[in-house]
Amino acid sequence: MDYNAIGLTAGIEIHQQLNTGEKLFCHCLTLLRDSAEHSGEFFRYLRVTESEMGEIDRAAQEEMKRDRKFQYYTYDTTCLVENDEEPPAPLNDEALSVCLTIARMFGMTPVRQVHTMRKLVIDGSNTSGFQRTALVALNGTLPNGGEIETICLEEEAAQRVRDDIFSLDRLGIPLIEITTSPCMHTPDEVQQVAEYIGMVLRSTGKVKRGIGTIRQDVNISIRGGSRVEIKGVQELDLIAEVVRREVQRQENLLAIREKLLRRNASVHDTTQDVTDLFISTKSTVLKKAKRIYALRLEGFGGLMGAEIQPDRRLGSELSDYAKKCGVGGIFHTDELPAYGITADEVLKLRARINARDQDCVVIVAAASNTQAQCALRQVISRARKAFSEKPVPEETRKMLETGSSAYMRPLPGAARMYPETDVIPVIIGDERWNGVKLPELLSAKAQRFAQEYAIDRNYATQLALSEKLPLFERALAEGIKPKLAAFTILSTCTELRREGVAVEKITDEDYLATWHAVERGEAAKEAIPDLFRGVASGDSFDGVIRKLAPAVSRQELESLIHRIIADRSEFVEQKGRAALGPLMGLVMTEVRGSVDGKTVSELLRKEIEAALAGKKR
Amino acid sequence: MAVVKLDSGYNIGVDPVACAFSGHPAETPAKKPEVPQKGDLPTLSIVSTGGTIASRIDYRTGSVTSQFDAADILTAIPELANVANYRTIPLATILSENMTPAIWQELARAIYEEIKQGVAGIIITHGTDTMAYSAAAISFMIDSPVPIVFVGSQRSADRPSSDNAMNAVCAARAATSDLVEVAVVMHATTCDDCCAIHRGTRVRKMHSSRRDAFRSIGIDPLGSVAYPSGEVSLEDHAVRRGNRKAGIHDRLEEHCGLLQFYPGISSDLLDAYEGYQGLVLAGTGLGHVSTALIPALRRLIDGGTLVVMTTQCMQGRVCDRVYDTGRDLLAAGVIEGGDMLPEVALVKMMWVLGDERDPEKAAVLMQADLKGESNRRSTHGL
Repeated sequence: MDYNAIGLTAGIEIHQQLNTGEKLFCHCLTLLRDSAEHSGEFFRYLRVTESEMGEIDRAAQEEMKRDRKFQYYTYDTTCLVENDEEPPAPLNDEALSVCLTIARMFGMTPVRQVHTMRKLVIDGSNTSGFQRTALVALNGTLPNGGEIETICLEEEAAQRVRDDIFSLDRLGIPLIEITTSPCMHTPDEVQQVAEYIGMVLRSTGKVKRGIGTIRQDVNISIRGGSRVEIKGVQELDLIAEVVRREVQRQENLLAIREKLLRRNASVHDTTQDVTDLFISTKSTVLKKAKRIYALRLEGFGGLMGAEIQPDRRLGSELSDYAKKCGVGGIFHTDELPAYGITADEVLKLRARINARDQDCVVIVAAASNTQAQCALRQVISRARKAFSEKPVPEETRKMLETGSSAYMRPLPGAARMYPETDVIPVIIGDERWNGVKLPELLSAKAQRFAQEYAIDRNYATQLALSEKLPLFERALAEGIKPKLAAFTILSTCTELRREGVAVEKITDEDYLATWHAVERGEAAKEAIPDLFRGVASGDSFDGVIRKLAPAVSRQELESLIHRIIADRSEFVEQKGRAALGPLMGLVMTEVRGSVDGKTVSELLRKEIEAALAGKKR
Repeated sequence: MAVVKLDSGYNIGVDPVACAFSGHPAETPAKKPEVPQKGDLPTLSIVSTGGTIASRIDYRTGSVTSQFDAADILTAIPELANVANYRTIPLATILSENMTPAIWQELARAIYEEIKQGVAGIIITHGTDTMAYSAAAISFMIDSPVPIVFVGSQRSADRPSSDNAMNAVCAARAATSDLVEVAVVMHATTCDDCCAIHRGTRVRKMHSSRRDAFRSIGIDPLGSVAYPSGEVSLEDHAVRRGNRKAGIHDRLEEHCGLLQFYPGISSDLLDAYEGYQGLVLAGTGLGHVSTALIPALRRLIDGGTLVVMTTQCMQGRVCDRVYDTGRDLLAAGVIEGGDMLPEVALVKMMWVLGDERDPEKAAVLMQADLKGESNRRSTHGL
């Protein structure tokens, strides 16, 4: 596809958790917990509040359409600040330092004085009903000529356990938000920029690693479409696909608009109570509903069921809007008869509300008149947009598993920002800013590894990007041979992981102890997999190494080899130097991997040669 | 630093020299929606002292909005309209640490006027820091045929998680209930499930920040209000409405003090109270101060200062008859304050001495239970 021709414009926001000692506004550890370990629970309601300018944010307004009762899990590692029962501590200075480092790496300008704001978020993920966030730096550049608009320091939201239950362990972990300008024009470019920014972030060595610790939001628009923000892309590899699918969705919505206009489509405010039509229905959803209401969408017939993205239809879009009122979704006649609703019921429904062939009828099953009206008002408003001047509404959407997306809420405006009066602004002085030290970029580090340590180029890159990079660098500092460390981290561990060994249980201390043992000749390289298997299964390093490799001294090894050669003198005589292979196996079995293979083979060769020479003499 | 609001809504601080004056923004008139009041509901008066219920930053004036009428309150907390109709009396806009006995008197007079208007109950919005002092003061100053309910919030009204709305709705429910006491109605737990109704003379703020900071000390709460149902449950010891007459006794003697004893305290501090009409001591344990203070106490009492002993334990009763020091204190003329909370004893002392100058009669009043401030029996554990 020629993305230039359709006017694709995209920008990204990257949210990365920082690996600081404490949370952003309290002194709890930045530790994620298993929700089964929670030590307490409480629940709250959230209400929408006005901005300091006296306005109500449209995204917040939308969330208020249903009852906002939320339950929270607390832990022995969370405190009253997460519970919204204590004012915040001062902004975490360590987190601010990491932000400044990153800002400098992108050549940005820091703000003179950092003001913490409250960003209204009433989906329950923040106990306070807002996320604290502060703008730290502006105007950075990317190597491809693109721009970074801002860097903000935010607190991470609580993790949703399920439904309206949230876990407070994650709430308050410092998060850096990097926002690019809308400077990208192809899906692949978006992905490359995201990869680059991710690499820069990891270069600081101060960011969290692993699934969920980095999330990308993508802003996308095409000519004639609108800016749409897709939230929560966790896998980097999916970014380009997300962009492609959003382009597809916007193009299809533009095409649907043309068709609707040709058909003179219209949407009236009139809704009808049709509960009586479904008194003896087989549909379980309709049977359970207290009230069923219907709405006629003139000229929408056939278009509601048209796919606009894999697994997404115009009907799905309307349904998402209705869900904001707490209903399960909508039914529309493009997909009926189905779901237990019969052809006969559809006919009666169409007749009742005078639907023509080209019309589509939407029904909603609700718990009350109010809820049904709320849901259909949402459908009406979204359906009207479909043939308006702006057929792609500006929205915040959430990514679905495959890369398609679903409506979440309108794009939030500036009205959601309120000053956090409990946090004192922080001045960034020249001395602090000028004293920020730039870490080596991981890409540069990879190059250096390849050159300095003669490690394969691919290996070097993998190492630099690996979570074990700090371990590798520590090993080098402690005098471990680079190749030994690199091989263990990249090759041995990968193989063990494939085997199902719980490699993640092996601590950095275990790695270092192992390498030192190898370097001292107390364990053989070949014994590393066995050592790790033992440690991963819960044994202590010392225990495993004792069991695996009773220490064998050089003297003991020599006398062992003497004995083996003496016992098999005929065999040695017969085979000559070729006896080395078979005897090697015997020796290694006896020392149970506690001596390096190379040492054994050298010694064995020497002894075999000595034995052969002795015979000749 | 000059604060700049960016289009994104973020504020940043910039050097003022980097700013140039470009003009005044257009004034945006405050929106004021019409709020229909329902005829068949009882009428409550809301007397505001700190305006936490409907307050917010106003960038046009740079301060908290001083607007405070029924429309403001109902805009902020629409659910209140289901409970009652409201009259609103903006009495003061102060942080509660700036409360004074003079404002208690103004408050008492305002409440008395409202009672005479025939309202079904009174709600007083108040900062939480000194709410218990004010509740005690009104308990003594007003005889009321209707409930007088103090309410506030521990998390500011400008945040979505504020406890103001639930507390206000529960306060309105309590104010329209069968209760007739001066009470404090605040969150009972950290959850938004229930508010506790506390007696105004037995309540204390026991946590600096939690929603459920207010606790009844030495008695059980008078009852509770479930949320969101609004159902009020009153305990047996809660005083109910009946044929009661409105009355006001608003004289206060402000020359009274409250002093917490600590090991090594200098008797100079006691000498500083010379000329005061009364002094409440928060003593240790059963009501003790060091023997070294006794001569100074004797001088104070001989000089005409009424001295009442309470305990800094908060829970339990004073008894100065167990140890020598206690007996010496009694001999010096110190009055045992029973199980009164130290700050309640202080407020009561101001009120008692406002009318009664005879030391013996004042001492009798200090030991009598007038408004539920003093338990005759200790039935409550920790």
